[in-house]
Amino acid sequence: MADHSKIKQDHRRFKQIVRGKIKGNLRDYMTQGELTGKQGKDIVKIPIPRIDIPRFRYGTKQTGGVGQGDGEVGDSLGQGEEGPGQGQEVGNQEGDKGIEVDVSLDELAEIMGEELELPKIEPRGTEKLETIKDKYSGIRNIGPESLKHFKRTYKEALKRQISTGEYDPDNPIIIPMRDDKRFRSWKETSMPQSNAVIIYMMDVSGSMGDEQKEIVRIESFWIDTWLRSQYKGLDSRFIIHDATAKEVDRDTFFHTRESGGTMISSAYKLALKIIEDEYPLEDWNVYPFHFSDGDNWSVDDTGECMAILRDGMLPRSNMFCYGQVESPYGSGQFIKDLEEHFGDHDSVVLSEIKNREAIYDSIKTFLGKGL
Amino acid sequence: MSLPLHLWEMKEQIQEVALDYGLDPFETIFEVVDYAQMNEIAAFGGFPTRYPHWRFGMEYEQLAKSYEYGLSKIYEMVINNDPSYAYLLEGNNLVDQKTVIAHVYAHVDFFKNNYFFSKTNRKMIDEMANHGARVRRYVDRHGIELIEDFIDTCLSLDNLIDYHSPFIERRSKDDQQEEEMVDGVPKIRAKDYMDEYINPQEFLELQKQKLLDQEQKSRQFPSEPEKDVMRFLLEHAPLEGWESDILSIIREEAYYFAPQGQTKIMNEGWASYWHSKILTQKVLTDAEIIDFADINAGVMATSPGRMNPYKLGVELFRDIEDRWNKGRYGKEWDECDDLERKTNWDRELGEGRDQIFRVRRLYNDITFIDEFLTEEFVAEQKLYTFGYNRKSGRWEIDSKQFKEVKNKLLDQLTNFGSPFIYVKDGNYKNRAELLLHHKHMGTELDMNYARGVLKALHRVWKRPVNIETLYDDKGALLSFDGSDYTEEAIEYEPI
Repeated sequence: MADHSKIKQDHRRFKQIVRGKIKGNLRDYMTQGELTGKQGKDIVKIPIPRIDIPRFRYGTKQTGGVGQGDGEVGDSLGQGEEGPGQGQEVGNQEGDKGIEVDVSLDELAEIMGEELELPKIEPRGTEKLETIKDKYSGIRNIGPESLKHFKRTYKEALKRQISTGEYDPDNPIIIPMRDDKRFRSWKETSMPQSNAVIIYMMDVSGSMGDEQKEIVRIESFWIDTWLRSQYKGLDSRFIIHDATAKEVDRDTFFHTRESGGTMISSAYKLALKIIEDEYPLEDWNVYPFHFSDGDNWSVDDTGECMAILRDGMLPRSNMFCYGQVESPYGSGQFIKDLEEHFGDHDSVVLSEIKNREAIYDSIKTFLGKGL
Repeated sequence: MSLPLHLWEMKEQIQEVALDYGLDPFETIFEVVDYAQMNEIAAFGGFPTRYPHWRFGMEYEQLAKSYEYGLSKIYEMVINNDPSYAYLLEGNNLVDQKTVIAHVYAHVDFFKNNYFFSKTNRKMIDEMANHGARVRRYVDRHGIELIEDFIDTCLSLDNLIDYHSPFIERRSKDDQQEEEMVDGVPKIRAKDYMDEYINPQEFLELQKQKLLDQEQKSRQFPSEPEKDVMRFLLEHAPLEGWESDILSIIREEAYYFAPQGQTKIMNEGWASYWHSKILTQKVLTDAEIIDFADINAGVMATSPGRMNPYKLGVELFRDIEDRWNKGRYGKEWDECDDLERKTNWDRELGEGRDQIFRVRRLYNDITFIDEFLTEEFVAEQKLYTFGYNRKSGRWEIDSKQFKEVKNKLLDQLTNFGSPFIYVKDGNYKNRAELLLHHKHMGTELDMNYARGVLKALHRVWKRPVNIETLYDDKGALLSFDGSDYTEEAIEYEPI
C-alpha cells in the first residue's frame, strides 16, 4: 500500500514552489490589493500565475466544443463569462488561468516577514491576560450519550465481564451496563497571551479621494496580517475624522466621505480616550496608525496634536505611525511638522505614500522597527 | 487493505456474471482504501509509487480539498496492468461498491482486449516503481531542484510523441528481395520476355527519380518530418546520462497513458454499459434498484458546454447493439428514404452483442465516432456544438447539424486535441539549430505557451530552437536562442 510520506514530500515541494511564487510577487500583490478582497476567516485566496507546465496547445480564440441537452441554436449556455471547458476530458486542455491557492494568514505573514525582512516583535509588558479554552481531553463517568466514548466503554464492559466470568471467547458479546459507560468531557486550560490593539485613524475630509482610501485599505490589510501573527489577541479600532472625530466599524471606515474641514487633534483626542479607558498599559501593546493627506485646519491645532502625542499617546504606545498619502488638494504639511517635533523619536514612524507602488516600502518602514 | 469477506463474495459473484456475458478481463486485485489513500493514489495517476514531483502534490491538494468541501470524491480507480489493480473507497455503500466492481471488470476487459492497448507495458506498476527508484537516485546525486526542473522540462514535451508509432511495422527485408538492381536502378524481377512489360522505360525513369529524391532527402536530417519529437531529442540532443534517462522515462510513461486518452469515450462507455447490464440484470436486489439508479444518474449527468464521455460512450454502444440486432446498417438501410419503413425496420438479426464486442476490440474514439455516430443518434441525444459569441459575450449553441457535431468531436479527439508538431530540421541554417513545424489545420497555436515550450526545448537541445507556424494567416517563425524570443515573417510551406 502507498507509503504516506511519498505524497507528503511532493506536497511539501508544491507548497515550497507556491511560497516562492508568492514571495516573488509580493510587491505586485501589495500594489494591486486584490488579495484583500479574497479573505476568508483565516485564509486568503492567492492567485498564482501559471504554475502549470507549458505545452504546445491551441489558442483560445477558436475553441468551443460539443455539448448535450436541450436548447436551440443561438441559446446561451448560461455559464457566465468563465465559459465551459474544452469538453471535459476530451483533449488535454487545461484552463489557461493560473490557479488559486489558499494560504493561511499566518503563513502569509511569515512570507511577508521574510520578504520584507521584518524583525519579530518582542511584546511589551507581561502576559497577564489569560484566555480560557475548553479542550475535550478528559473522560468522565457521566455525560450525554452523544459524547459517549465507545472504546473506553467497551473496554470497561469487557473488563467487568471477564472479571465476573461472563465473557465467553466463543461467543464474544459485550453488553455495556450503565456503570461501564465513559464519556468525553472537557478540561479548562488557560493560556497567557500578549495582546495588541491597532487604532486606525483616517482623515475623511473632502480632499481624500477613493484612490487614497484604497491605499489606506491595502496598508491596513498588511499591517493587520503582520501584527496578528505577532500577537495572540489583536483588536482593531477605527476612527474617522474631519473637523470632528468618531469611532466607526471597519466597513464605514473605508467608505465614508465627509466634506468638512480637518482637525486632526479631534482624532488624537478620541484615540487617547479609547486607549486610556480600555487598554491599560500593562496589558496591551498599542499601535496607533494615522493616515491623512497632510492638511490640517490651523497651526494651533497642529500644536495641540503634537502636545497630545508627546504627553498622552506616545508614552502609552509601542509606536506611532503616520502615513501621508498624496492627494491633489492636500498641502502635505503635517508630516513636516511631525518630523520637526519627533524626527529623532524612535517610536514615531513617518512614511509618505505617493502612490500604490509605494505601499511596499511604506509597510517596510512601518513594521521594520520591530517595536 | 485487501477485501473484507462480504466484498470478496460480492466481487466473486460479479466476476462470474461478467465472465458469463463474455467479458475477458485480466485477473483483478481489489483493495479497499480510505479517502486519504484514494486521493494519494489518484494524485499519482493511479500508481502508488511514482518518481517525486511537485505536480503530484498539487494534484493531491486539489483532490483533498474538493473532497473536504464535498464537491467530489473518487469512486474508483483501476490500473492497466496484469494483474490489474483496482481500488474501492472504504465506507461507500454496497450498491456503490457493486457498481464500481462491475465497472472495473469492464475496464479491465477493455485494457486486455482493445487493440490500442496491445502494445502497453502490462507490468507497468513495476516499471513505474523502477522509474521512481531511478529518479530518486538522481535526486540523491544532483539535488531535487535540478532534477525536478528537468522533469518540468520533459513534461513540456510529453505530448510531442507519435501516437501511432507503436503500431508501425517497419518494412521487412523480404520485400526488397523482389527487386534487383540494374544500372543502379531497382527493377522488379521478371522473366526476360515479360521484362519490358513489367519494367517499362517510364517505370525505370520513375525509379531513378525516386532514388535521386531519396538521396536528396537523406542529406536532410531528419529525412522525413519526425512526429516523435521526444525520440528525436533522445537520439540527437547532447544529453547527460541522467538527462537522457529522465527524458526516456517521461516518454515511456506518455506512451503508456496514450491509449487511455485515445479511448476515453469508448472505455467509459463500455464500462458503463456493463455495470448497468450486470447489475440490473443479475446482481441487484429489488431494494437496491433505486440506489443504483441514483448513482447511475450521477455518472450519466450532462451539463451545458460539457460532453460527458460516460454518457456519449454508453449511448453509442447501446445504439450500435440495437442497430445490429435489427439489421439497421448496410447499403439497403443507408439508401432507404422511407421514414416509416425505417422506423419499423427490424431484420431480427440479433448480431448486436457480437458487434459491440468487435467494436471494443478494434476501434478507438476517433474511428468509433467516425463510423458509428449517426444523424439519428445526434438528434436523439440532443448533441450540439457551441462556441463563444463575441458580440453577445456569451457561450452559445452554434449548431445542431450532424456534420458540424461530428466534425467538432473528431477535431477534439484528433491527436488528443493537441496541435501536430514535427521536427523538420535538426541542422537548421546549417548551425545545428532545431526547427519544428506546426502542421496548421485551421487552429492557431497559443503563442504564450509555445514560448514556454521553446524554452524547455532549448534546455534539451542546448542550441537555438525554432518553430514555424501560421499566425493570423501569415507564416511566422518563433525562435528562442536561450535568452531572447524573436518572431519573424516567413513563407509557410505545409508539409
